[in-house]
Amino acid sequence: MDATAYCLDVAAIRRDFPILEQRVHGRKTLVYLDNAASAQRPRQVIETIDQLYRRHYANVHRGIHWLSEQSTELYETAREAVRQFLNAPSSDEIIFTSGTTAAINLVARSWCEAFLKPGDEILLTLMEHHSNIVPWQQAAQRHQAKIRFLPIDNQGMLDPSCWDQYFSPRTRLVSFTAVSNVLGTRNPVGQLVEAARRVGAVVLIDAAQVAPHEPIDVQAWGADFVALSGHKMLGPTGVGVLWGRREWLEKMPPFLGGGSMIRKVTLEGFEPASLPYKFEAGTPPIAEVVGLKAAVEYLWQIGLAHITEHEHRLTELAHEVLSDVGDIIIYGPSVQHKAGIVSFNLDGVHAQDVSEVLDQEGIAIRAGHHCAMPLHERLGVPATARASFYLYNTYDDVYRLGEALRTAKKLLRPGRTRSSNA
Amino acid sequence: MAHVQLTPDELIQEFQSFDDWNDRFQYLIELGDQLEPFPEEERRDENLVQGCQSNVWLVARVVDSDPPRMELLADSDSQLVRGLIAILMILLSGKTPQEVLQTDVESVFRQLELQRHLSRSRSNGFHSMVRRIRQLAEQYLQ
Repeated sequence: MDATAYCLDVAAIRRDFPILEQRVHGRKTLVYLDNAASAQRPRQVIETIDQLYRRHYANVHRGIHWLSEQSTELYETAREAVRQFLNAPSSDEIIFTSGTTAAINLVARSWCEAFLKPGDEILLTLMEHHSNIVPWQQAAQRHQAKIRFLPIDNQGMLDPSCWDQYFSPRTRLVSFTAVSNVLGTRNPVGQLVEAARRVGAVVLIDAAQVAPHEPIDVQAWGADFVALSGHKMLGPTGVGVLWGRREWLEKMPPFLGGGSMIRKVTLEGFEPASLPYKFEAGTPPIAEVVGLKAAVEYLWQIGLAHITEHEHRLTELAHEVLSDVGDIIIYGPSVQHKAGIVSFNLDGVHAQDVSEVLDQEGIAIRAGHHCAMPLHERLGVPATARASFYLYNTYDDVYRLGEALRTAKKLLRPGRTRSSNA
Repeated sequence: MAHVQLTPDELIQEFQSFDDWNDRFQYLIELGDQLEPFPEEERRDENLVQGCQSNVWLVARVVDSDPPRMELLADSDSQLVRGLIAILMILLSGKTPQEVLQTDVESVFRQLELQRHLSRSRSNGFHSMVRRIRQLAEQYLQ
């Protein structure tokens, strides 16, 4: 967007998030920079769930009674809201799951069962979250397929010049994250989809780190499947979305068997229900889905393009502030190529020690391998510290991070660790 | 641990004399600095303690002295965990297996008031180390 048109009333936004008003360890006001792991919820989402349980809740799609009608109406309106959010062609293609992990597992089970053959290749990238690696490893094992990983360069970006070695007629499925949950790298979605199309491969996009922060248009992306989580985009935990092209979803066998996903069951067998119910066995996360709609509406009201710009500015400032602290290694590409995620280490200091000191200063970041061990292997460090931003973070939050890192630096003495394995 | 000649009571007094977390962390890190160097050949996967978020290597054995005493060597890539290891050394190293089993490590840990400043996963790692040392003491006595 045009940066001059950017406007975000962060002070007003913060008033919607009661959790941010707290003091940490009874001393410092909370600075929440663990948004890539999970975001916080505005009162609009919390109140929607509260109202649902107080007034409208019953199981969906089954009872013909007053409450069930209300509940079903709210549930299905949420599906329509998510369809609009993703600009999907049809709400039949919106499958509610428990999260991104479940959405990817659904495809890895169901699509692979029908279409993956021995000798086929699944192409991933080196920067994937474990939830976009392990389900494919399991599928590859079941179907004697092979997994390959697109490498990253030293800036933590994919290098299209080497892709010819990886995309081949054997490539059946390509699955990649739109934004790295560790490096913040924005991947070239269009180029990846195009490369996959040229060899006739199916494409899944892990949108967990992009859906909360940027406008998404699944039709413009041109992929076959898109997976995302509610809890990272101001919504409840336990709900996520799989969008899939109708052509594929109709040909795929159901993943979980149970109630709701059938048209008819006899002692001999069953007929699956139509889309999207075929993939929603059992009582779905009703309150979570309804809460997700409130989250989507909140994001619309703020405007996703404004959120993107705001996070870009915070990330820019974070790079400056961290460089000023000194002895800090920032991983990943320059700010122009990344989303609002900054992973770093105090030189020679374990990321968890840094996180522990920052916690004392009221700052919530994440330290560890962030469920991306192959990526950390490539980076040559067992762990990184990660600060990740969202719409309610302020410039002051970034300055507080800098101050706390100065304290950490004083205590933890970067570059002087005795242990040889730091 | 030649340099750290504190009794558990002195250790508790030291920690209780600090007013803020900053001093406690600094002291913990200084304790860790005094750990004996860990032999490189022992930095092996089988010596890694499960349940720790950072790497912790622990070698515990009973030395055939009279009476037999436990000898502990440990290291971590985390400075704060090295401090916790130093506390374990003060409490358990050089003790007989019976004494190790009788030492109420948890009570001392509570009195150090460190759990207020260390995340649950860190505390869990600490307790994994204690469990491993106790198992070895029990095995020796059986």
